[in-house]
Amino acid sequence: MPRNLTFNIFRYNPQDPASVPHMDTFVLGETDSMTLFIALGRIREEQDPSLQFDFCCRAGVCGSCAMVINGRPGLACNTKVKDLPAEITLLPLPFFKLVGDLSVDTGTWFREMYQRVESWVHTERVFDPAQEEERMDNDTANRIYELDRCIECGCCIAACGTARMRKDFLGAAGLNRLARFLIDPRDQRTEREYFELIGNDQGIFGCMGLLACEDVCPKRLPLQDQLGFLRRKMALSVLPWKK
Amino acid sequence: MLTIYTDLLCIGAGLAGERAAVEVAGAGFNVICLSLVPARRSHSVAAQGGMQAALGNAAMGEGDSPDVHFADTVKGSDWGCDQEVARLFCDTAPIEMRRLASWGVPWNRVVAGVHTYYKGGKPFEKEERKEKEGLIHARAFGGTAKWRTCYASDGTGHSVLYTMDNRAAQLGVEVHDRVEAISLIHDGGNCLGAVCRCLRTGKLVTYISKATLIATGGFGRIYRASTNAIINDGGGLIAAIETGVVPLGNMEAIQFHPTGIVPTDILVTEGCRGDGGTLLDADEYRFMPDYEPEKAELASRDVVARRMTEHMLKGKGIKSPYGDHLWLDIRHLGEKHIRTKLREVDEICQSFLGIDPVHQLIPVRPTQHYSMGGVRTNKDGAAYGLSGLFGAGEASCWDMHGFNRLGGNSLAETVVAGGIVGGRIAEFLAGCELAIRTSVVRDRQALDEERVKNLVEKSGGSENVYQVREAMFDVLQEVAFIYRNGKDLESGVERLKEILARAKNVRLRSGGVGANPELALAIKLPGMVKLAQCVVYGALKRTESRGSHTREDYPERNDRDWLTRTLATWREGADVPTLDYEPATPSFELPPGDRGYGGGRIIPMDNPPAGPGADKE
Repeated sequence: MPRNLTFNIFRYNPQDPASVPHMDTFVLGETDSMTLFIALGRIREEQDPSLQFDFCCRAGVCGSCAMVINGRPGLACNTKVKDLPAEITLLPLPFFKLVGDLSVDTGTWFREMYQRVESWVHTERVFDPAQEEERMDNDTANRIYELDRCIECGCCIAACGTARMRKDFLGAAGLNRLARFLIDPRDQRTEREYFELIGNDQGIFGCMGLLACEDVCPKRLPLQDQLGFLRRKMALSVLPWKK
Repeated sequence: MLTIYTDLLCIGAGLAGERAAVEVAGAGFNVICLSLVPARRSHSVAAQGGMQAALGNAAMGEGDSPDVHFADTVKGSDWGCDQEVARLFCDTAPIEMRRLASWGVPWNRVVAGVHTYYKGGKPFEKEERKEKEGLIHARAFGGTAKWRTCYASDGTGHSVLYTMDNRAAQLGVEVHDRVEAISLIHDGGNCLGAVCRCLRTGKLVTYISKATLIATGGFGRIYRASTNAIINDGGGLIAAIETGVVPLGNMEAIQFHPTGIVPTDILVTEGCRGDGGTLLDADEYRFMPDYEPEKAELASRDVVARRMTEHMLKGKGIKSPYGDHLWLDIRHLGEKHIRTKLREVDEICQSFLGIDPVHQLIPVRPTQHYSMGGVRTNKDGAAYGLSGLFGAGEASCWDMHGFNRLGGNSLAETVVAGGIVGGRIAEFLAGCELAIRTSVVRDRQALDEERVKNLVEKSGGSENVYQVREAMFDVLQEVAFIYRNGKDLESGVERLKEILARAKNVRLRSGGVGANPELALAIKLPGMVKLAQCVVYGALKRTESRGSHTREDYPERNDRDWLTRTLATWREGADVPTLDYEPATPSFELPPGDRGYGGGRIIPMDNPPAGPGADKE
């Protein structure tokens, strides 16, 4: 006997002066292999076409659809309703600016992050199209790829205790980005230069070690290791007897 | 209305758009990219497999060269491509891969020594050479003579897009995300920018630009079953065809991917088969070698998709509540390989199907995957019909894919074409001064404001936007899928005429205030139906079978009459597009011949060319 699912969904349209934040309830019959992507699509098409949420790849690779699902940040597209109770509460991610209902503006925050950590390879080398590529050890390439797998969904920021207290905290996504360049031999920045970017309370020393970031990361990135690695590396880089 | 000026307006911030933006910004021009979503969520991010480029570093790629890559590409296109463009692409691709390496892409590298690989489910050995160690490695993909596909684990699109967006951030390229272009501003001869809708506030914004690039990706979402992202609904193509002067090329050339999972149509990479995965039927029997003894599962996509459909029509599919499907088997590749080299595939199976591919079979069926057609451009990326308008990537018909593109060629095209077209745009911008008749801009703004106002105020209209879209889905699924025939296509054309009228008669059920999603679809739907009609009408008129376009009533590839490219233009007030044709290629480096797979009869040209490359193969 298929269940009837009850969805309690946060509603607020900042563009509508008449709108006030509230919860709406929708009831939907469960079907085989139903995910939140399928459920929310049906609610919009069959019950309330004004409902705002973000899906893009719907395959767990683009990071658009993060929301708070029964109290926990996660991707909606790969959340199967059979893994949830019959009552499902959906809220937008905290921390990010609300666009409307379940939709939040992650794009602006992440673009600012790229500028803060200078999220690109810093090098004096000039590309020469006539030359063979610079060689790299395959294990190094795999290690970089491992940290490059972040999909910028924002779950780690939404779950972060420090981010709750200080809006300028780089968060696990920002710090992991820097770690990705730190292990990349093509990036010629010195440890001192990395320290200038993240050696403060907005950066690595703001982390309180609560590690909810790793708990909620949908790509299961080794964020705990990265935060520990960076903290140690940054601390050592400014100890005078290490110079 | 807020008006923003820029040198280049790049509509789309996926790989093609951002690669062009980086080239133009690097030349010192001001660039704004528009994107429906934050740039890194663009659909390029989902490409798992890799990029074809003839670097020849891998053991199985020895002896590879742009010439071999070119021959594979032309054969893959079923001789439908522009051979000058294919040549330009194949020659440039290796340099572009190296450039991406210098910008930070973590390509997998050659590891010297003996390695095991699988082909057709059986283990083989190969030895990577010591002198190549550390150079960019490559894997096998369908329809290629050599292992040529450069990859970063199975997140190549992700890694390259993140690298490209890093580069764009470094060069100060502005990305305006959550902005949708809804029409092009033009005076009949020049493109002057676009009228856009902000998807945060719902407000209209005008962008005035010296050059405008359409790089909005594919339009797969006019189909119900598609591997494409939700955003791939053809926005840029709609803006182009609504001008009435810019033609779309080869819209009937739609690729179906052999392995979309059932039921969500999420793609699992061709890399599965490249690495040795096999296709099984209801009896768990491996059927592809019966149809394609030589290439089996690694024949080109159109062939594999067609053979799968053919086999299911024989009753050999597995029945499910979502229709028939077949199995993809990668179990023999082993846990280590699947959990590392094919990790994204592993995750998709676990997260969306609840199955473990190390121990279980994956349900798959052919699904709409790629649009070979798009905004027709010349080899510089300049669109036909309007000066200052350009196209690149899947949104364009540049046209290196003809009637079927090879796996790994389209992701490579995004960056190769983006770089080349970006260079041409920079040349166009040098010394370009824009003379704008303000009335042209004002009239376009007024038209779009009125269109939105009519929908929001519900002045007339009765149709439910989602029901009209379902009707369009039905037509495409029934008449313009893998197998097509004249009778069905004719009825499809008539049905789409009615659906277009309904799409123009939509009434919102919600308030339409702010970033309202129902309004966004209502604005776009008439254009989507026009794209659907271009596909169906073009498929009806093309009375042959070529590449992915398969006519049951015209099974031959007809080089005598149809070695052509369809150009569809939509005149104001018409209910079908006007079709014109041009030669598929301005010159032949490789004269038409047999692809070596797929079978089928060919009606030869009356006077086959003996080009300089006739003996090259």
